[in-house]
Amino acid sequence: MTAVDSAESASGFKLPFRLEIEPRLKEPPGWYSPLLSLIAVVLALLVGALVIWLGGGNPWKAYAHIAKYSFGSVGVLSDTMVKAIPLMLVGLACSLAFRMKLWNIGAEGQFYLGAFGASLVVLLPVLPEEAPKWQFVVLMMLSGILFGALWGFIPGFLKAKFNVNEIISTLMMNYIAVEWNNYFIYAVWSEGGFQMSRMFQRNAWLPRLSDFADKTPAFRGLTTHMGLVIALVAAAVLWVIVFKSQWGYEIRLIGDNPRAAQYAGVSISKNVVLVMLISGALAGLAGMSEISGVVHRLQGAISPGYGYTGIIIAWLAKLNPLAVIVASILFGALILAGREIQPAGIPTLIQGVIMVCLIASDFFLRNRVSITRRTEE
Amino acid sequence: MDQAHKTNETANVVSMRAIVKRFPGVLANDQVDFELCQGEVHALLGENGAGKSTLMNILAGLYRPDGGTVVVHNKPVSFSSPRDAIEAGIGMIHQHFMLVPSQSVTENILLGLDEPRFRMHLAQYNRRIEGIAEQYGLHVDPAAKIWQLTVGEQQRVEILKMLYRGADILIMDEPTAVLAPSEIEGLFKTLRSMTAQGKSIVFISHKLHEVMDISDRVTVLQKGRVTSSGIPTKDVTSADLARLMVGRDVVFRVERKQAEVGDVVLSVEDVRADNDKGLPALRGVTLNVRAGEIVGLAGVAGNGQSELAETLAGLREASGGRVILRGKDIINQPVKLGIRDGISLVPEDRTHVGTAPNLSVTDNVIMKSYDQAPIGQGWMIDSTEAAKHASELKEAYDIMVPTIETSVRLLSGGNLQKVILAREISSEPTLMIAVQPTRGLDVGAIEGVQRLLLEQRESGAAVLLISKELEELLSLSDRIYVIYEGEIMGEVLDGNIEKIGQMMMGTRLEQVELQGDV
Repeated sequence: MTAVDSAESASGFKLPFRLEIEPRLKEPPGWYSPLLSLIAVVLALLVGALVIWLGGGNPWKAYAHIAKYSFGSVGVLSDTMVKAIPLMLVGLACSLAFRMKLWNIGAEGQFYLGAFGASLVVLLPVLPEEAPKWQFVVLMMLSGILFGALWGFIPGFLKAKFNVNEIISTLMMNYIAVEWNNYFIYAVWSEGGFQMSRMFQRNAWLPRLSDFADKTPAFRGLTTHMGLVIALVAAAVLWVIVFKSQWGYEIRLIGDNPRAAQYAGVSISKNVVLVMLISGALAGLAGMSEISGVVHRLQGAISPGYGYTGIIIAWLAKLNPLAVIVASILFGALILAGREIQPAGIPTLIQGVIMVCLIASDFFLRNRVSITRRTEE
Repeated sequence: MDQAHKTNETANVVSMRAIVKRFPGVLANDQVDFELCQGEVHALLGENGAGKSTLMNILAGLYRPDGGTVVVHNKPVSFSSPRDAIEAGIGMIHQHFMLVPSQSVTENILLGLDEPRFRMHLAQYNRRIEGIAEQYGLHVDPAAKIWQLTVGEQQRVEILKMLYRGADILIMDEPTAVLAPSEIEGLFKTLRSMTAQGKSIVFISHKLHEVMDISDRVTVLQKGRVTSSGIPTKDVTSADLARLMVGRDVVFRVERKQAEVGDVVLSVEDVRADNDKGLPALRGVTLNVRAGEIVGLAGVAGNGQSELAETLAGLREASGGRVILRGKDIINQPVKLGIRDGISLVPEDRTHVGTAPNLSVTDNVIMKSYDQAPIGQGWMIDSTEAAKHASELKEAYDIMVPTIETSVRLLSGGNLQKVILAREISSEPTLMIAVQPTRGLDVGAIEGVQRLLLEQRESGAAVLLISKELEELLSLSDRIYVIYEGEIMGEVLDGNIEKIGQMMMGTRLEQVELQGDV
């Protein structure tokens, strides 16, 4: 309100109506925040539609196509879930860090390191080739978590100890992670001159629904893997941690007011390191589940930017771990079926518009805007 | 003498008449008159919140007055921005410098001007700025980057900025607050050389000895009103000024029962600590608080009170001394241990330190007990227990809030303070440190807060009450210490306001009593 008025008095120019922006005095109702998220998605779809229309396409057909090829049958639904799994885990990774206003945009790199860690178990090899499946799964998960956590720990430690800006350090470490993987697939584990490792033996694969097709014929051809269970459990555990545990309380307190946290005796630097560690571990787990559940070998381009999409998912879910599940499925569909219309363009554009709308919508959560006609003074 | 004489002869460069300025809920300036003569240093003296800065912000074009007239160089003016004021030759140097750290002195001075237009011609401007600096003894290297400069040098850049823009009336808002003692002397020299060359200076301060040192005349404000207008500094003593500044009207007194004073709970011995700028804020503070008494700490704001509170709570590192809490030295121990030992701090800044604005009332009241049974259970927080605790406090302290799940940012100042007090008192502290607990509250809320503090005293807690409101200290405290520039000037048992006032201005108790005898 004041900003608009002072601008007017300086210029002497008056609009025919008054735009009043004032901080909300009451809590917005509970449905308001999810509604804004929904509006952001709808707006983004509308912008996407406009672009498709301008390009001479039929937006209605395009969206119907996306819906059909992502939710239309059990088969494609299963494929959507496969895409959603890594998104859930990186979304959780981002939501935890963002909750403390720690801008970890390094989930991409932590994902790559997690994939590397998981591959190590098979390719080094840590376990003999014919070791039982459960040993592979457990060890690959642990190794993925460990390497992801390590990649999160470095920027966390630098932030806590030397106040190094985590946005820059996590972003830069993404590039290191990708090149680190490249080194191994080009040189160390390259198979037959191709830039990829050998295919993992089957007992290093996460169990898939189709593995149980003998007993349940309905599962035939479904690629959804155990990563879904891991992601769902992780979401539930994280929800309990954030909202029900003492540590979660500390995170929420620091995120909202670090000075109050200090005043209450909560150590900020310790939590910076811990949160980055766990955030990295979750993203690492995403890398492991993708390698062991889908790709089954270490290669380049294992992520079409999952780590970055995780940022948008975290915001779309308003940092709530359970809402991350829903947001991830939506984005999984967008990535999967989006390819049906265009490999890159529109789906990425929609993601971007969602992000912009979400950031803008925070303003409406905090302020109320009212337009009143100006009566002549 | 000749200075007083001179002021009569020379023309007023500024004359403000019957200035009124209201802020929501506060009358910051109430019919204030102010005159500035050419070539003088005119001190504007008053406690924090007396309306000094408001008045000068009006003169500098930052605020518009709600009433009254401003005449500059015999022309009535109505500034709508600082730019207008600068064009009329008025420049204000704020407490917080407005400089770009990564740019050079010259670049900062030229910032926002129409000249140079495109190419900077830095060498040429460097010379010009050097010339001005030479003229007034403001030594600073024009090519140096701001971040390389000391605070004192940065202040000189701010002054240069105004001089370069042709200001002949300079308003300095508490210029000494950020300076080390040696730098203050340099500043005073500069001020004298500027007035000698015909500039006029308004010197805003709440530090009496500085006002006595540097000013030709002084105007005293108290609670938005002028208590003394333009008297020559030579004709007054600091005791007079202290009285004019502090005032002595008692608003109301709270009923205070006789309480039994117990053992010494807190004993502070020669504690030293630096402020955020790394300058010494506590220079050997010694005091003690016993169970069942409220001990007041009086002093003009910014004399080390906040730093003392923070040091006692473990939030600020002490560089020396001892803090004994019930026989145990707790200096520099982690905050959490302090909380466990029963130290409770009601912080001065309710929104930025005392609460987490976007968290619920429940989350805010468990801030210090979330890891203790019954609310903390193992790794978890017992939500039911926490909600029960919050509901009880809401009831007991009459916190006006729709539900305990409401974010505290939506609470009024009084209710927010109730949340903090409810949290702190429910922890049953052995030592409660309350810093400005009634600041910014309305009368009803003030009484409520004061009653809660007295209840603490009656229940046997040791209370250290830090306030700049003398009335409050007098009506609540059993004893009052006075702090000045990080040292305790003395202790007053009988609530003698004259003594307190003089000690607040930096006179030690022994000297006060000596003067009293004469």
